[in-house]
Amino acid sequence: MTAPAVEITGVSKVFTTGQAGDVRALDGIDLVVRAGEFVSLIGPSGCGKSTLLRLVADLVEPTAGEVRVNGKTAHAARVDQDYGIAFQSAGLLEWRTVARNVELPLELHGMPKRERADRSRELLALVGLEEFAGHRPSQLSGGMQQRVAIARALAAKPALLLMDEPFGALDEMTRERMQAELVRICAETSTTVIFVTHSIPEAVYLSDRVVVMSARPGRISHVVDVALGDRDDDTREATAFFTKITEVREALRGEQVDGTLRAVEVR
Amino acid sequence: MTAVAAAAPSPAARRPRREVSRLVAPLVVGVAFVLLWQAFVELRDIKPYVLPKPTAIWEQLRLNWSGIVDSAKVSGANALVGLLAGSILAIATGILSARSRIADELLTPLAAAANAMPIIALAPVFNTMFSSTSVVPRRLVVTVVVFFPVFVNTVRGLRTVDPVHRELLDSYAATPWQFTRTVRLPGALPFVFTGLRLASSLAVIAAVVSEYFGGLQTGLGTRITSAAANTAYPRAWAYVIASCALGLAFYVTALLLERVAMPWRAHGSH
Repeated sequence: MTAPAVEITGVSKVFTTGQAGDVRALDGIDLVVRAGEFVSLIGPSGCGKSTLLRLVADLVEPTAGEVRVNGKTAHAARVDQDYGIAFQSAGLLEWRTVARNVELPLELHGMPKRERADRSRELLALVGLEEFAGHRPSQLSGGMQQRVAIARALAAKPALLLMDEPFGALDEMTRERMQAELVRICAETSTTVIFVTHSIPEAVYLSDRVVVMSARPGRISHVVDVALGDRDDDTREATAFFTKITEVREALRGEQVDGTLRAVEVR
Repeated sequence: MTAVAAAAPSPAARRPRREVSRLVAPLVVGVAFVLLWQAFVELRDIKPYVLPKPTAIWEQLRLNWSGIVDSAKVSGANALVGLLAGSILAIATGILSARSRIADELLTPLAAAANAMPIIALAPVFNTMFSSTSVVPRRLVVTVVVFFPVFVNTVRGLRTVDPVHRELLDSYAATPWQFTRTVRLPGALPFVFTGLRLASSLAVIAAVVSEYFGGLQTGLGTRITSAAANTAYPRAWAYVIASCALGLAFYVTALLLERVAMPWRAHGSH
């Protein structure tokens, strides 16, 4: 039995904000992500889903509890480059060419130049941008930049991919195309993914499981099993897709009604 | 005005048609201005000591050409040495200031105070500090003038890091030096070059004006004052125009260096 890709046990995170007092961003989070699984985190703003992702990435440290990645501490996993990460903004270095952006993580870890070049060519082919290797990021559209960012996240062949609303800034058409590509890439590379999103259809289309979170403090309120199997454009029009969307929406709405009531009480 | 337009290159402005109009428009305005000037002086019969005719200035430019070139070399050398010294000093202290809080708290108020000082007014003081046959006082004035814009922009450039880049490099467990090399330094370049561009024209102005306060009898500034003292106003104007050309040459050089150093900016988007 191999270790789960990610194992989060009793994690809470409190941000100390000075005079405004402490903010309890996450409280009592337990979550296990199996190897090869695609898990989305969805919830209202301020539910701590991005913080949860950063805890797994070891960019933020938990106040209590434990995060293990590939059976190691999150810190060891970060040092070993066990995960790749992509953010809402592509975050490409504008002074590097597309290929050199993809090579960045490999370069920092001392991979020889020739291997690096081979790998970046391979990755750019995977995201369909091989003819743009020599371009500058500013010459690419938003969707293309995001594809470069995904190629970069996959550069070190990580078993785990962490994505924080990577398609959030894209238009609907580009977004759907990128989702389809991500499903294909994950299938080809059998990568585990934790995916933060605001979009219910996106979460349902991509995921094996959708983790629904509630805000103040951030908690996991529901976990919806999806698993639509092989996906294509017809999936978006299938009954199963809509059923799951409704299920996730109701799980979220339960929380939102709760939130509104609380807001009313405060006034 | 043209200098300001060239300083803020927008992607659209790089299309050939816009490039041409960007050159032609200021030329047309410039020629029209000179023609109006000439007509105004001739028609209103303005005395040369009030405002000489452009043709008279042109005549002086031709007559004094070798003198102008020699003076421009002297002032240009002062401006260049001061510009280099001031910029190197400013970039070095900028790096120090961006790295250490204590250094920053010490240096930033000092730099601001130095900037608030009428530095050119220090030229006579420097002249008595060093011998009056020395070029050091003038170069020192340029150094001090140049320091502030380069320092401020360097510090801001080094401090301005996209939070996404910070997180990204953290996720790679990059060492501080790797972070500096791959993100911080290249990210600071546009800011440093903005400082250098401002400093390049300031350097020439400071070099020329510092010659107004005695010392060596060389350079464009000295020639301007001596021509004016001899009521040779068209000649004074000829040297003023030479100073202007020298300043532009420095500015354009800084601009070209900027493009060479940052090809990703020169590229623009399509």
